[in-house]
Amino acid sequence: MDNVDDGSVITRQGLQCLLDALAQRGYTVVGPTVRDQAIVYEELARTEELPAGWTDEQDGGHYRLKRRSDEALFGYAVGPHSWKRFLHPPKVSLWQATRHGDELRFVPARDEPPRYAFIGVRACELAAIGIQDRVLMGDEYADPHYRSRREQAFLVALNCSEAGGTCFCDSMNTGPDVKQGYDLVLTELLDDNNHLFLIRSGSEEGAEVLAELPRKPATEAHQAAATAVVEKTRSQMGRSMPQTAIPALLMDNLEHPRWDEVADRCLSCSNCTMVCPTCFCTTVEDTSDLEGVTAERSRRWDSCFTSDFSYIHGGSVRSSTRSRYRQWMTHKLATWVDQFGTSGCVGCGRCITWCPVGIDITEEVRAIHDDVSSRDKE
Amino acid sequence: MKNIAQIVCEHPFFHGLDGEFCDLVCGCARNVRFNPGEYLFHEGGDADYLYLVRYGQVALEIAVPGKPSVRFQTLHDGDLVGVSWILPPYHWAYDARAITLTRAIAMDAHCLRKKCDDDPVLGYDVMKRLLPILTSRLHATQMQILDVYGTPEQPE
Amino acid sequence: MVPEPVRVLRKQQELETTWTLELEPGGAGGRPFLPGQFNMLYIFGVGEVPISLSGDAGLTETLIHTVRAVGPVSNKLAALKPMDTVGLRGPFGIGWPMTAGEGADLLIVAGGLGLAPLRPAIYHVLRHRERYGRVILLYGTRSPDDILYAGQLEEWSKRPDVEVHITVDHAGGDWPGKIGVVPSLVPALDFDPEDTVAMVCGPEIMMRFTVNALRDAGVEDESIYLSMERNMKCALGHCGHCQFGSTFVCKDGPVLSFNRLRGLLSLKEF
Repeated sequence: MDNVDDGSVITRQGLQCLLDALAQRGYTVVGPTVRDQAIVYEELARTEELPAGWTDEQDGGHYRLKRRSDEALFGYAVGPHSWKRFLHPPKVSLWQATRHGDELRFVPARDEPPRYAFIGVRACELAAIGIQDRVLMGDEYADPHYRSRREQAFLVALNCSEAGGTCFCDSMNTGPDVKQGYDLVLTELLDDNNHLFLIRSGSEEGAEVLAELPRKPATEAHQAAATAVVEKTRSQMGRSMPQTAIPALLMDNLEHPRWDEVADRCLSCSNCTMVCPTCFCTTVEDTSDLEGVTAERSRRWDSCFTSDFSYIHGGSVRSSTRSRYRQWMTHKLATWVDQFGTSGCVGCGRCITWCPVGIDITEEVRAIHDDVSSRDKE
Repeated sequence: MKNIAQIVCEHPFFHGLDGEFCDLVCGCARNVRFNPGEYLFHEGGDADYLYLVRYGQVALEIAVPGKPSVRFQTLHDGDLVGVSWILPPYHWAYDARAITLTRAIAMDAHCLRKKCDDDPVLGYDVMKRLLPILTSRLHATQMQILDVYGTPEQPE
Repeated sequence: MVPEPVRVLRKQQELETTWTLELEPGGAGGRPFLPGQFNMLYIFGVGEVPISLSGDAGLTETLIHTVRAVGPVSNKLAALKPMDTVGLRGPFGIGWPMTAGEGADLLIVAGGLGLAPLRPAIYHVLRHRERYGRVILLYGTRSPDDILYAGQLEEWSKRPDVEVHITVDHAGGDWPGKIGVVPSLVPALDFDPEDTVAMVCGPEIMMRFTVNALRDAGVEDESIYLSMERNMKCALGHCGHCQFGSTFVCKDGPVLSFNRLRGLLSLKEF
């Protein structure tokens, strides 16, 4: 029996067998597909549902799908969805309370999530999942809703063959190569003659699934081609984060005029937090029925950009857009490190692409850095 | 029994004052005493004296028409009562009233001002002693104005 | 985390809009807590708010909370009657440095309702009086009518082993005590700043100014503790609302050493 860990290659048919094998194991398979002129993550069953021959053109506040000249299944970067919407869902019911006279009774909500298999998890996304693991499961209280989804999830990672116009995983040290945290990893090898996928397992279950697929051992040529794919992607990054000590830079410049400047542009629309794969803030909603007999508490995504996010005692601590933008960026790049040991940013570029006014987090850091450096030189 | 010079220069306001200056300023000083309820001075009056409290409690009050006076500060052992003597037009801006039996040193403001004018080194020293008192009173007043303990507005 | 139902055993009005509730959890066994911790109290169909425990941590059969009616939930809490049921989650948070303060002098500074989260600390100190040096309590509030736990303050001031100084922002003619802001009480104290642990609780502005006065008097930053307050939803460190710089007030606080807060407290809108 061949050693699956040395790598195998599968065809597009083999990929279909992978989807089938996962479905047969009871997984709800989720992967990229085209809908509403974007590539989003939805349940899928057939490789035909993958965005074959599509790529994405991304820039600040800009996202367009374009036809490729080939039929690559994974020839694009990331879209508005991240795996966060499955692992840390936008809305979760927490518990119900019922009232009988003076008595109150509380019952936890039933949470029976599907076992997900994610197809095409990028290196930045693996890093983001790792970060959310730390945030939501790494301290005294582990979030049971996240945990139950996460522990059952099967991750089929993908080495990117296209870096997007807003990608900067390379400068954040989170990619483009997939390193760890996956069950299987694919690299798409497409040339004029062949359409193959180099596939490797990264876990016991991954190896079991791989063993069920029709495959051939990967040759040195295949390995070299896969390495070349990653290196080509690395060279195409659309953005880069300045390589400087960002936490100190930001925390020492909390009153820098740049914050006013970005606040003039920011609409406080909270798109960035919705698309960011590591943003985790939520709020709770308490509702009750008309008779006042049953009440429910649910949890839904929230954003630090909302005006009452920081409300206490008749006012919000952060009432200006300036203060809220500053909060988001200093949390993401600076205080996150104190809290969780790593940056909160994985360089996926979604916040840049999906910002209606194209605010670019790398540019904001660069602006403050360059200004401070030039002042230091004086 | 202590002489006036010792009492003046032991008071925190003049603590550390050079011996010669001590003798100089105590020429303007005399011991006074106020019974409970007695006024040290009234708003609008001439600021002819400043008072260094040795023992006792003095309240600073502002009269409000139709209502009892509002007390906005109490001063105690070691405090200075009265700051308006330093700048023209030398009129008191509020009332000062002894709450308990209060012993103080009354310094003649004209006398002290003249000695400060005659010797700017003494004058500067006195200013430096006065300024921190004024500043901390100002900061305290700012905090009082903020009404930090007030009820916050109810949300809609 | 699901709330548990607790019954209101007793309710007592403290001030015009401030009440103390004594809650009785169901089931056997007490609910231990540390001075400075808080519970999330839930009103059916309305919501939850964080309320500090304000009772004696040595008596765990019931849980005492002092509530000021300022919003939809706290108004309802203030309107509760004995035998009513509310939801409770907790206790949460890091409390006052009762152990770190042993052997030192304690300077406890409370403003307004801030005396409530400090009362468990005071109870603890009095229960274990021999473990601490001098104990000084400074209390400030708006006016004589706003003095919280007035009876207890008077009891404590009669004790020879506790020094109590009370001041109000303003008063009428029949107040025989001090008038002035709490921070102004600090310079007049004759205490050893190097061997003092300070615990401060009250409106944020009052805490800021008090910290300035303590630092001016020579108290070390790491010996000054404040109880911070921010918007809280989950109390578990997951919803993100209570963040203040890198601290989650619900789980890294609410009691925080000034060391951690230095530079942040006076930042606007941070």
